[in-house]
Amino acid sequence: MKPASFHYYRARSLQEALDLLSGAAANGKLLAGGQSLIPLMNLRLARPEALIDLNSIPGLSYIRSEGNKIAIGALTRHREMEFSELLAKELPLLAEAIPQIGHPAIRNRGTLGGSLAHADPAAELPCVLTALDARMVAAGPDGERVIRAEDFFTGFYATALADHEILKEVRIPLDRHPAGWSFVEFARRHGDFALAEASVLLFADGAGDRCTSARVVIGGSVEKPVRVQDVEKLIQDEISIRTQASSLAHVLRRVEQLTETEIRSSIAGRENPDYLCHLTGVLARRALESAMERWRKA
Amino acid sequence: MKAPDLVPVSLEVNGVRFEGDVEPRKTLADFLREELGFTGVNLGCEHGVCGACSVLLDGAVVRSCILLAVQADGCKITTIEGLAREEKLHPIQQAFLDHHALQCGFCTPGMVLAAVDLLKRSPHPTEIQIREALSGNLCMCTGYVNIVRAVSAAAERIQTAEKP
Repeated sequence: MKPASFHYYRARSLQEALDLLSGAAANGKLLAGGQSLIPLMNLRLARPEALIDLNSIPGLSYIRSEGNKIAIGALTRHREMEFSELLAKELPLLAEAIPQIGHPAIRNRGTLGGSLAHADPAAELPCVLTALDARMVAAGPDGERVIRAEDFFTGFYATALADHEILKEVRIPLDRHPAGWSFVEFARRHGDFALAEASVLLFADGAGDRCTSARVVIGGSVEKPVRVQDVEKLIQDEISIRTQASSLAHVLRRVEQLTETEIRSSIAGRENPDYLCHLTGVLARRALESAMERWRKA
Repeated sequence: MKAPDLVPVSLEVNGVRFEGDVEPRKTLADFLREELGFTGVNLGCEHGVCGACSVLLDGAVVRSCILLAVQADGCKITTIEGLAREEKLHPIQQAFLDHHALQCGFCTPGMVLAAVDLLKRSPHPTEIQIREALSGNLCMCTGYVNIVRAVSAAAERIQTAEKP
């Protein structure tokens, strides 16, 4: 047997899981889809004393439209999101990223909440949900609290979740539908963890021809999702649907350079920092190009 | 630490119900191979990369090496042993045979089960869809060209067979 011994608890309700986490299984890990945790345990990089299996808790897997937001339960599997018509229509950026998560067998088991709480910097969902300004709902012994995606990811495999909290739901605001969007990543093999990734959202004014704001978020090459606000400002100042090809090419080059400059300090300490910086800049440019193309076609 | 208690599990494998007590750390792959004798579940990497241990869990392809046996409690599992009907191979198995889509055969059970999942969702897959669906299954004999041909041929055969 590959993993070291552990005590197994099958929680039947969120409250039972919270009680276990504060009591009998205080040094335990939560088991959702297990697509990252079990490999780590098989390799004995992780040796939790206990596992609290969340999979038998009813009511944590759903994708719902709730007025001006979409609410997704933490136990919702990637595959359900991949084939959701609601997400394809309302959150095209998320819909574009999900098929890029691992392989079908991984997406059949892996969950939204598991991926976010694991906070692998090379995962797709932290980057995309930061771009979408998602809110994480954490349940704890004293009730619930809501954490913005930008505050949720705190570093390399680290989140703002406290030891006794469980991520319960993700809420994604729908107040503005993007005029253009794109998620691109680069991995050495199909389905592999991304070396770098970029999410771009473009919002237009009422007439739909001027870019009034943009969200640009980088992942993979950095230890947690990073918003590159200087690039967002550049896009907002320089881009409209009528931007001529020659001036667009100029803006795209500047986006690439500015992204490199902005993230250089975050990449320091990684292997091949120059390559990663360059790659990240290129992906930011490609994401913007593709978002512009969608805007024009709309 | 003291050995944890055994946990009872009850699951259906290839249409037959099995009940037993397992140590929580036992993976589904080890349980299927060692306790139940389904050695068509091949173990390659044992950390969710190679796809050789793929099985269907309630109809969806999953990797049994990164799933605990206790998590499969109450589920229906299909292994490669469960696809053929008596002497008649499953159309995907037959297509693998016809198109020389296996050499050493180690990756084959995972490839075939991943293809079953694909054809259920997309009965008319494009070559790109086939390649995407099989991207998590590694073949070290590099037989991918014939594997893709076999899945494509199986899709056609299933469609023809289902026409009234």
